[in-house]
Amino acid sequence: MLGRGIVEGMLETARNFLGSYVSRERLTTVQYPEERLAHIENARSFPFLVYDGADWQAGMRCVSCQICEKECPPKCIYIEKSVDKKPDAVGRPQNYPKVFNIDVSVCMSCQICVEVCPFDAIKMDVEYELGAHDRFGGLLLDKQRLSKSNEYYHRIHPTEAAAVDAALAEERAKMQAKQQAAAAAAAAKAAAPVAATPSAAIPSAPATEGKA
Amino acid sequence: MSAEALQIETVKAQIEAAVPGCLLEMVTNPSVCAQHSLVVAAKDAVAVAEFLRTADGLKFDFCSNVTGVDWPAKETVAKVKVKKLVDGVETEVEETQKTVTPGYLEAVYHLFSMELKHGPLVLRQRTAGHEVGAEVASLTPVWKSAELQEREIFDLFGVVFTGHPDLRRLLMWDEFVDHPMRRDYVDPDDYEYEPTAHDEILRRAREHAAAAQEAGR
Amino acid sequence: MSSAMHPAMDMAAERGMQLSPAGESGVQLLEVSMGPQHPSTHGVFRMDVVLDGEKVVKLKPVFGYLHRNHEKIAEKETYLGNMPYTDRLDYICSLTNNWAYALAVEKLAGIEVPERAEYLRVITAELTRLQNHALLIGFLMQDMGASGTPLMYAFREREKIQDLFEALTGSRMMSNYMRFGGCRVDAPAGWLAEVGKMVASFPQFLDEFEALLTGNEILMARTQEVGVVTRERAVNAGLTGPMLRASGVNYDIRKVDGYGIYNRFPFRVPLGEHGDTYDRYMIRVLEMRESVKILEQALKEIPDGPIQDPKTKPRNFRPKVGEAYGRIESPKGELGFYLISDGTGTPYRYRVRPPSLINLTLLEEMCLGHNVADIVVILGSVDIVLGEVDR
Repeated sequence: MLGRGIVEGMLETARNFLGSYVSRERLTTVQYPEERLAHIENARSFPFLVYDGADWQAGMRCVSCQICEKECPPKCIYIEKSVDKKPDAVGRPQNYPKVFNIDVSVCMSCQICVEVCPFDAIKMDVEYELGAHDRFGGLLLDKQRLSKSNEYYHRIHPTEAAAVDAALAEERAKMQAKQQAAAAAAAAKAAAPVAATPSAAIPSAPATEGKA
Repeated sequence: MSAEALQIETVKAQIEAAVPGCLLEMVTNPSVCAQHSLVVAAKDAVAVAEFLRTADGLKFDFCSNVTGVDWPAKETVAKVKVKKLVDGVETEVEETQKTVTPGYLEAVYHLFSMELKHGPLVLRQRTAGHEVGAEVASLTPVWKSAELQEREIFDLFGVVFTGHPDLRRLLMWDEFVDHPMRRDYVDPDDYEYEPTAHDEILRRAREHAAAAQEAGR
Repeated sequence: MSSAMHPAMDMAAERGMQLSPAGESGVQLLEVSMGPQHPSTHGVFRMDVVLDGEKVVKLKPVFGYLHRNHEKIAEKETYLGNMPYTDRLDYICSLTNNWAYALAVEKLAGIEVPERAEYLRVITAELTRLQNHALLIGFLMQDMGASGTPLMYAFREREKIQDLFEALTGSRMMSNYMRFGGCRVDAPAGWLAEVGKMVASFPQFLDEFEALLTGNEILMARTQEVGVVTRERAVNAGLTGPMLRASGVNYDIRKVDGYGIYNRFPFRVPLGEHGDTYDRYMIRVLEMRESVKILEQALKEIPDGPIQDPKTKPRNFRPKVGEAYGRIESPKGELGFYLISDGTGTPYRYRVRPPSLINLTLLEEMCLGHNVADIVVILGSVDIVLGEVDR
């Protein structure tokens, strides 16, 4: 019968149409913006800077090494190093960024900055509703707009954030152990000459005093 | 790897036997994949290509990729010991000698065989000079797949393919003057404001800002 | 234009085309620009068409509307920095673009890829093939006037695949996933099970899709004997991919080169007999079925292990001097990358062999003598993405 293929096709369409009243599978449209899909955990939109604790300036992990600036393919990151230092996430005194701008209209969300950052300071956000009326002001995110807390990071990427926290905790522990060992060695060194001088230095006591 | 090198030697010998008087040069590829190439002179190119396409055992009926490469002229400075007369005495003097290796443009053809399922055989054609309009032979009469790709090389490098049925620009618009992929291409200074300028763009931004200040003064 | 002879008259005579009586006097030849803004040209693509009534007498494609100078940018970026740019070539199949580039660099520098990464590459590539062919058939139907219904069914399945990509790579389209020597990140927990679920439900979707389309008389009338390409012309014009196999040439780079671990997968290569648009449509459906088989096997066999050589560092990658040409079977055809390294961190010459551009070599030949409406159908079956044609 001529037209049989078309009729079979229409049966298919009818199945889909009527099925959409009955099965959730067939009703796939999400009525955005009234309905929103939960973001998938590994999704990425644009970068943000992580800070630990409550103070975004003191807790910022970024040490202004500028590696992300160099590796960024479209060169959308602009960093100016500070002159003074502050303790970083592990406890070492490091520089921090005086200026950290990302031009989100240029950023292509490739995530290479996250990959090369040695300090787990820059991570990918999932926010995509970033419309602005002003192309340069609204889409040039500065240090403050980019800084988001570690708690936020845990909320959007729980697995990743947990792994990063574990790694940082390990580094902090190693750092502390090293500091303790250094302190103990210094204390031992300070104690040892004091123990040595009484036996050998009675005749030369004035000389050592002069030296000290 | 050595099997590949052997294979290209045999192909070279076969071509030289079949196309008398052709000039072929083998270029070894130092990388791991060892895809060596044969440089063919423009006057023999079509004959060699036709032979490669039809010969038994070769049957390179599929020209997959045609690439243009720009090798600009290189100046090397070397310290050379030269015998010269200094105050009447013949002494060995160290001189700096500048040698200029002339530049050229290349069209690189990657050939495969769909019938015999082997490849790639890399064929290269080099121009005599580096100027815009330097000529090589077009292999479009042999493989139609080269048609659009040779047009692209003409468009972006300025290499003229003699014998091409329709040589005109492909990607740039017809009134465009330069050839963008050349190493000596200078892009026009149509600088636009960019908030996170780096390197070249930052340098130009500073020049523009200085010029604007001068103009404002 | 009114009474002068149109220049296309000579061309028509040369090609032995029968012009209509009005066309013979040169009065009725109409020049149309199927211009860059067109709903059915799959992107910003222009064709200057000369028509005798409804029949095509001459067709000249005009490229370059999406030319972004990708190859010149690549000469300034590092090898790693070029990876996100390859996503944007054939923007629908970003994972296969990544693989082709990674393969070329691995050939250049002699880097080995661990087992698990190879399996992940095969899984992602075949998923890409599924969603590309589904999208293409959907758009082909829409160009023919099916006003989006098959398209939306295909997109329903495609959304599932894109969600899988988002869970794995972070992005639905611009994946930036392959690295030199493996993949960037391992599959998250439960991802492989999700893929398994999707693959299990895909054949049912294909059955529904085929019931909707394959026997459809309108489709058959509009695509059979339309845009015929003979074997010899196809091979000589460098066509690759489903376009080539529709003309009956058995050349699938997954079988010929056996790159990656494709030698372990016994899949069949569908071949067409007539070389027309209907064959191209059927081949894509059959290829989707074969991809499902490959996926099932890969999901069963994937081993545990590292996904990248632990010694590789993302920065300061400097391959030695040399050149390499690496190619894969992307859903559109042979996607090749030709790299010349001069020992520094940026490539000296970076060339993309674009299957979409080269598959358009025979566009004029295919369209001559057909109606204007067939041009859209033929162009749809060639499967072009302008990001790749113009780079």
